[in-house]
Amino acid sequence: MSRPLRLNVGLAAAGVALILILRLIDNDYAWYTGYVILQYVLLAVAWNILAGYSGYVNFGTAAFFAAGAYTTILLTKALNLDLLVCVLAAGLVSGALGLGMGWLTLRLRGVYFSIATLSLAVVLQTLVVNWPYAGGSSGAYTMRPQGYAVFGNYSEFLFVLMLVLALGGIAVAAGIERSRLGLGLATIRDDERAAAAAGVPTLRLKLIATAISGGMMGMAGAPLPYYASYLNPEAAFSLTHTINAMAMTLIGGTQGWVGPVIGATLLSTLQQGATVTISSAGNLLIVGGVLILFVMLAPKGILGLIRAWRGRGDTA
Amino acid sequence: MLDPVLIANAVVSGLLLGCLYAIASMGLAVSFGMLDVVNIAHPAMMVLASCVIAALCAPTGFDPLLAALLIAPVFGLLGAGLYRLYHLYFERRGDEAMQGLAFFFGLMIVIEVSLVLVYGADQRWVETGYGGLSLGLGPVGLPLRMLLPALMSLACIAALLLWLRRSFTGRAVAAVAQDRDALRFLGADPIRIKTVAFGLSVALAAIAGGCLIVVQPVDAHSGHVFIGRVLAVVILAGLGSLPGTLVAALVFGVIENVTATLFGPAWSPAVAFSLLLAVLALRPQGMFGRAHA
Repeated sequence: MSRPLRLNVGLAAAGVALILILRLIDNDYAWYTGYVILQYVLLAVAWNILAGYSGYVNFGTAAFFAAGAYTTILLTKALNLDLLVCVLAAGLVSGALGLGMGWLTLRLRGVYFSIATLSLAVVLQTLVVNWPYAGGSSGAYTMRPQGYAVFGNYSEFLFVLMLVLALGGIAVAAGIERSRLGLGLATIRDDERAAAAAGVPTLRLKLIATAISGGMMGMAGAPLPYYASYLNPEAAFSLTHTINAMAMTLIGGTQGWVGPVIGATLLSTLQQGATVTISSAGNLLIVGGVLILFVMLAPKGILGLIRAWRGRGDTA
Repeated sequence: MLDPVLIANAVVSGLLLGCLYAIASMGLAVSFGMLDVVNIAHPAMMVLASCVIAALCAPTGFDPLLAALLIAPVFGLLGAGLYRLYHLYFERRGDEAMQGLAFFFGLMIVIEVSLVLVYGADQRWVETGYGGLSLGLGPVGLPLRMLLPALMSLACIAALLLWLRRSFTGRAVAAVAQDRDALRFLGADPIRIKTVAFGLSVALAAIAGGCLIVVQPVDAHSGHVFIGRVLAVVILAGLGSLPGTLVAALVFGVIENVTATLFGPAWSPAVAFSLLLAVLALRPQGMFGRAHA
C-alpha cells in the first residue's frame, strides 16, 4: 500500500474502533466528551494548516468557528435544512470569510493578518448581537431531533459526524503536507521573499491555505447549535476556542498534523476532567499558562521534545 | 434632518474620547511601532491597571488619575522585566513571528482570567468628586469625567514627545526604531534601550488604565474592544509616528462617537474593525508612516 492510502485506511480503522469502544460504554456523557475532544482536534489541525505550514498566526479561530455555527442556525431557521447540508454550507461560508480576510491582509507582513483576524471575532459578534433574526444577544434555540437515520441516539450521530469531520480534516492536512501546496507553504514559512523571488505564487498559496483552514473551522462549528441546543454570541465567539486551538497546536508541535492531534487530545481530555473539578476560568488560566511555558521552553512542542530525547538516545 | 447641536456634541465628546484612545494607543505605538514588539496584551495590561486602581481608590476615595501616576513606575518595571524575558526567549532565537505572538496572546488570556478569578466578572468603577460635573460651552457640554482624563493623557503624550526629542535615551529609542546596528557604533546598547522603551510603553498602559476607569466602568474583558481600537489607531497613524498616533486617535474617536450617535452604540465596535481593514487594504503604511509592508 502507498503511504497516503495506508494513512487513510488507518484513520478509517481508528474511527471505526472509536465508535465501537464508545458503543460498548454506551453513555451519553461519553458521546459528549468525545465530541468536544474531536471538535478541538479538527480546530487544531485546521489552525496548523496556516500556522504550522506557512507560519501565519490566525487569532480568529472563534470567528470562523462561530460563523459556521451561525450558518447552521440561520439555515435551519430560514429553510429548515438538514444538518449535513448546513455543515457543507458552513464550510463554504467560513472558507469565503478566510479568503476575504486573506485577500485584504495577506499581502502585508504576517502580523497584520494576525491583527485583522483578532478583531474579526469582535466585529462578527457585534453583527450577530445586532441581528434579531439570528437570536441577537439573547441567543437562539435549536430543537434537537430524537434520532437520526441509523443512529438511535442523536448524541451518537453528532459524535460520528464530528469524528468523520476530524478524520477528514486530518486526511486533508496530511494530503497538503505531501502536495505541491504544502511544499510551497513551507518555502513561505522559511523565507517568503526568497520563495516569491524563486517564482512560488505566495499570495495564491496563502489564500488557498486560509480558505481551507477557515472552512474546516466553520465545519467544526456547524453542529454546535445541535450539540448545545442553545447558543448565544458570547459562547460562540468565546476566545476560549481561539486560545485552545493555538495552545493545543503549539503544545503538540507544529511540524505536521500529528502535533495538533496529540496536543488537542491531551489538552482537551485534561480540560474535560478539569472543568468538572475546577472552574472553567481556572481551566483557561491553566491553558494560557501552559501555552506560555511551552512557547518559551519547548518551542517545538511535545513532538520536538520526543525528537530531542530520541536524538540524545542515538548519540549516547 | 440632523440636529447640529447633537452632531456638535458628538464631535466634541468624540475628541475627548479620542484623547483616551490616544493614551491607550501611545504605548503600543512605542512597543509595536518603534520596537517591533507586537504586544497584543497591551489593552489587557491597561485593563489590569484599571482594576488595580479601582481596588485602591474605590474604598479610600483616592483620585484614580493620581493613583495611575503612582502605579505607572511599577508597571514600567514589570514591563522592563517582561521585555528581558521576551528578548531572551523569542527575539534572540528569531521566533518572534509565531511563538512571540502566541506568548503575548497567552499573557493576555492569563491577565484576563486572573482578573476574573480575583475580582469576579462584575464591572468595577470609581466614584470621583467631579464625576457628575460638567463644563458648558454654549450648547456643548464637557463632562469633567471625560475632560480631566483627556487633559491628563495630552500632558503625558507631550511629556513623552519631549523626552523622545530632548533626552539622550529618548533619542536612542527613536534611533533603535530606525537602525539597531548603527546604534551599537554610538556606544548605546540596543537591548538596554529597548528594555527602557518597552517598560515605558507598559507604564503608559497603566496611565491609560487610570484614564479609562474615570471615563467608564471596566470589567475583565473590556480590553477586547480596545484591541481593535488601538491597533486600528496605531496602524492608521503609520507605525511608530507618535504625533500621527494622536491625530489618528482623535479622528477615530470622532468617527466612532458620531457613528454611535447616528446608528446606536451597539454598532461602535464594528467601526474599529472596518476602519482597520480599510487601512490595511488601501494604505497599509498609514496616514503618516513610511512604507512598512
